[in-house]
Amino acid sequence: MTTMKVEHRDRPPGAAEAQQIAIQLVGVNKWFDDYHVLKDIDLSVYQGERIVICGPSGSGKSTLIRCINRLEEHQRGSIFVEGTELTSGLDNIHKVRSEVGMCFQHFNLFPHLTILENCTLAPMSVRSLSKQDAEQMAMRYLEKVKIPDQANKYPAQLSGGQQQRVAIARSLCMEPRIMLFDEPTSALDPEMIKEVLDTMVELADEGMTMLCVTHEMGFARRVADRVIFMDEGQIIEENAPAEFFDNPQNSRTRLFLSQVLGH
Amino acid sequence: MKTSIFTTSFQRGKPRLKAALVFGAIAFVIAFAAAVNTGIVGELLRPAMSEAVLVGLWGRFAVALVVGILCFGGCYGLLGLPHRVQSWSVWAGLALSALLLFYSFDLSYEFIERKLPFLLTQGAFTTIYVSAISIVLAFTFAMLGATAKLSGIAILEGVGAFYTSYFRGVPLLVQLFLIYLGLPQIGLVIDPVPAAIAALSLVYGAYMTEIFRSGIQSIPRGQWEAADALGLQRMVTFKKVILPQAMRVIVPPTGNQFISMLKDSSLVSVVGVWDIMFIARTQGRADFKILEMLITASIIYWLLSVVLEMVQHRIEAHYSKSVAR
Repeated sequence: MTTMKVEHRDRPPGAAEAQQIAIQLVGVNKWFDDYHVLKDIDLSVYQGERIVICGPSGSGKSTLIRCINRLEEHQRGSIFVEGTELTSGLDNIHKVRSEVGMCFQHFNLFPHLTILENCTLAPMSVRSLSKQDAEQMAMRYLEKVKIPDQANKYPAQLSGGQQQRVAIARSLCMEPRIMLFDEPTSALDPEMIKEVLDTMVELADEGMTMLCVTHEMGFARRVADRVIFMDEGQIIEENAPAEFFDNPQNSRTRLFLSQVLGH
Repeated sequence: MKTSIFTTSFQRGKPRLKAALVFGAIAFVIAFAAAVNTGIVGELLRPAMSEAVLVGLWGRFAVALVVGILCFGGCYGLLGLPHRVQSWSVWAGLALSALLLFYSFDLSYEFIERKLPFLLTQGAFTTIYVSAISIVLAFTFAMLGATAKLSGIAILEGVGAFYTSYFRGVPLLVQLFLIYLGLPQIGLVIDPVPAAIAALSLVYGAYMTEIFRSGIQSIPRGQWEAADALGLQRMVTFKKVILPQAMRVIVPPTGNQFISMLKDSSLVSVVGVWDIMFIARTQGRADFKILEMLITASIIYWLLSVVLEMVQHRIEAHYSKSVAR
């Protein structure tokens, strides 16, 4: 549905394996009370790798990436982010969160702060940057997402697409090494999806490690190094996008793809 | 944009006439039921009808009709004015009627004039400083109480729950006596003013704890999550992200509490604090002019709460500036 002029650098999984591991999940399990959301998840993400996670709603894909920056706590197994293990220790959580940026379905901008203040709050408070330095950096990233002229407005004055791009800029201001996207285009009007995806493609081209939960299969096909299909809390299938879309192995994957691509 | 329940504009045409007729009819019914034919309006109609007619049913009807017509005319004229002017003139009109009512009590103004300076320098001064200190303390207690209740730490939650339960559950007057008369039992002799401040701030802090708690809880979880994901410390998130948004919900009911506290501070006169109420009662009683002092006191309280109301509007406007767009 969206046309993006992106040169897809085809990188076979074998080449990625030679690189360093950015995120590693080993036998991760999570329950919401009695409900078993994540079942024995094993996953390694290499530095610079772009991963798209898809699957039916309730399959645990959002919960999975929310475990990576500890917005959700896993109960069994272990998660390593850039070599730091996520335990209940606050120092570790803090360290991981400073490496990992996240964008949400509903943007979650701070409505009482201007766009610029949204971007400078964390760098000033967490990184102890001076106001001047933080604003300079914020303007740099706002230019990158192509909305520097909105810096002094409030979130409610911007369109959904613009708000999501501000959310991306806000995360980038913390200079993360990994970006998590939790259905970043699901709450957007169709005409605004492209501007957000373009921003994400640009990030991918710069070598950012990305995990993206999305239903934008076009984006997955063009940008992802690997597509992961989840259902009922398990990773059912993972493959390079060409292989994944053209030759899905599992019947549940085939059913899902026929549903999302068949219209 | 201001939301309003009714969409009809009564400013011109048929709706204006109808609205004025309704008000006139209501005034007629009230005037007839209250039998105002013997009051001031009756006096004004005296040239038109004899004493005998005036006191009878016919006189009652005639007077009520005059009142109704006057009200109809007044309302019709008023409805044509701009919105702001209308509401302000009604406000001023009602305030004037209240003052006129007081005026009709046939009070001794010489006495009020003689006692007013003392009522202001001693009474109002005490009321204001007791209330002001209590407001600051109540705000602090509420902040601590709400933080404790939402801390996720069981012990603190227990403390917070007991605090709100006890201090909201026992009447302010009883609390006041318990502090003033009870504490000396364990060797803590306490002066009336500190006792009054303690009772007021603890009780109002408990009410406001609940206001703060619900205000903080009204902020979507996504705001906490976004701040967490950015690596903000929880205290920073609370101060810079959650509280400024919660204030918009917190300020109106808190303003209410402050106005209510200002007036409830009159209870402290029972332990001998020389506030407005204490001075009014003691001074009035000595000369058998209780009503004079009570009315003067009520006007002082009223003026003070108008000031608080204006402060509240300012603060409300401040916290809703990003949402007003």
